Amino acid sequence: MDATLSGNADPALVSARKPTGRVSDPVFVGILWGSGIFVLILLGLIIAMLFEGGLPALQEFGISFLWNTTWNPVTEVFGAGVMVFGTIFSAVIAVVIALPLSFGIAFFLTEIAPGVLRRPIGVAIQLLAAIPSIIYGMWGFFVIVPLMAAYVQPPLIEWLGPLPVIGALFQGPPLGAGMLTAGLIMAIMILPFITAMFVEVLESVPPMIKESAYGVGATTYEVYRNVSVPYGRTAMVGAVMLGLGRALGETMAVTFVIGNATRMSASLFAPGSTIASTIANEFPEAAPGSLKLESLLELGFILFVISFIVLALSRLLVRSRLKG
Amino acid sequence: MKFTHLLGAAALSFGAVFSGAAFAADITGAGATFPAPVYQAWAVAYKEKSGTGLNYQSIGSGAGQTQIFNRTVDFGASDAPVAAEKLEAQKLLQFPAVIGSVVAIVNLDGVSANQIKLTGPIIADIYLGKITKWNDPKIVEVNKGSQLPDLSIVPVYRSDGSGTTYVFATYLSTVSPEWKSSVGAATSVQWPAGAGGKGNEGVAGTVKNTKGAIGYVEYIYASSNSLITTELQNKAGKFVSPTVPSFQAAAANADWAGAKNFAASMIDTPGDTTWPITSATFILLPKEPKSGTQAAEVIKFFDWAFKDGGAIAEKLHYIPLPEDVANRVREAWKTEVKADGKPVWTH
Repeated sequence: MDATLSGNADPALVSARKPTGRVSDPVFVGILWGSGIFVLILLGLIIAMLFEGGLPALQEFGISFLWNTTWNPVTEVFGAGVMVFGTIFSAVIAVVIALPLSFGIAFFLTEIAPGVLRRPIGVAIQLLAAIPSIIYGMWGFFVIVPLMAAYVQPPLIEWLGPLPVIGALFQGPPLGAGMLTAGLIMAIMILPFITAMFVEVLESVPPMIKESAYGVGATTYEVYRNVSVPYGRTAMVGAVMLGLGRALGETMAVTFVIGNATRMSASLFAPGSTIASTIANEFPEAAPGSLKLESLLELGFILFVISFIVLALSRLLVRSRLKG
Repeated sequence: MKFTHLLGAAALSFGAVFSGAAFAADITGAGATFPAPVYQAWAVAYKEKSGTGLNYQSIGSGAGQTQIFNRTVDFGASDAPVAAEKLEAQKLLQFPAVIGSVVAIVNLDGVSANQIKLTGPIIADIYLGKITKWNDPKIVEVNKGSQLPDLSIVPVYRSDGSGTTYVFATYLSTVSPEWKSSVGAATSVQWPAGAGGKGNEGVAGTVKNTKGAIGYVEYIYASSNSLITTELQNKAGKFVSPTVPSFQAAAANADWAGAKNFAASMIDTPGDTTWPITSATFILLPKEPKSGTQAAEVIKFFDWAFKDGGAIAEKLHYIPLPEDVANRVREAWKTEVKADGKPVWTH
């Protein structure tokens, strides 16, 4: 004992220490196994809980629950149509806005930005990711919504509203809150994630290829378009899917700015609702054992499935790129 | 084996620490958010006087019901009265704790508080999307003398399930047959028009952001934020301002004697000075509590609140229960809440 404490490297003592290793090692490995399995069990239990909790709603309304657009708590007729549409519509708006911005920022950071600017901009983008979503919600509600209602929506409704086909996107009173505002806020929220992955992808483009392109006289834009982007295309699509996945589940910020109406409308300015915002709104007052609570759990399950599909696709795309 | 022992010991010592710190007689409640401010104010004053604390979690009426059904709290709180058969099945006593009112708020340039007059059918038509302009003949007719703009009306509602919506929708169902048949009343409904904001602050903020908007909030929220409220026509045909005396008139004119489980309606009650959208918020107490002493502490708390908590409630713009209603509640405590066959409270 004393010898161990004094740190003597006596070979006999070293071998004597081994038995502890023999005991602690399996324990340690066991704990690691436990941690790993724990995640699987937890995930399984959550899926099972959502599925089981929502099953009565599915049995009551049948598979048409998925696309039925009625959500009437009074008559207890529920359908997920409006929310599924709102979830996908707002998330797609977010990606459509975030995508070009992310491309711009990422390429600027990797190719154009002088060293002094690269770090501050990089940090600023990371900080965007660190802002809690409730802050985005409040900012959206108090700043963006009034701006949209006063300056953005009225001219758009006036100019684009009467046009055929796309005019349908620009209908209704300028409320400020609505699909477009929700998409805009979410675009800012997913921007850091998409940008970070884009930067990674662009940095992984072998310099030799780019230098060769410059060497044969290509301009910066041509290198970007014909070398960098094609090289990382699959991974970039994966990054976009990842952003889409995040936008699908966004709750607090969306609840603040989407206008929370359970009506279907193709207009960008119409208030709508997403699965997550509906759950946040209705859950506290849903009576135990009620069809409403079961429908909300079913909504949760649907969101889970949608997110799972999107995430699986994004992983598939990112991985195929990394292997290639 | 050893591990479970260890866990058990840890749990025990944990429990000991907590019960020691919080004093054994503290009572717990959970539910409605609307009365939470007054329950919390009462709790502070009551703790000073009696030493018994109240831990109230304002998690929403639905969640509060779940908690009291599972008996994880000493009492539950709900804005909407619970159905009689559910109370029966869960062996719960329901009684009102405090009364509140819902008021309409508007955003119109140059309009001061209680300048605009509205009637129940007009509000119902606005929320049905049938009246869409402020200078609609129906609104102009009751507002002679006020200049009303050619502006779109944007109805704003609570997007979250809430007792406020339940009360407001119940009122609209009472005054408008069309509302009753096409929309109805619940803690959240399928709104035919308008946009939703989360919570009182969400509705007030959306109304503030949108010219021509109309919304509904609890009176406490409107008064503490100086929002532009409107006058409303009551059942007697008189236009009244939302003031504490008009809420008290509503409470006094309600049919408490005929109401089962104290679920007396204060919606559109008669009387010249009555505010038409008034309602009580309820407490749910087990009739056969696990611990008689805990139930007695809950009753003592509300007995004190009925007796001495009126001033605190009024300061927060709630209406205390009328004295005869409070006495009816006391009678119910005596006869209905029993542990081991004996009443837990007998004052």
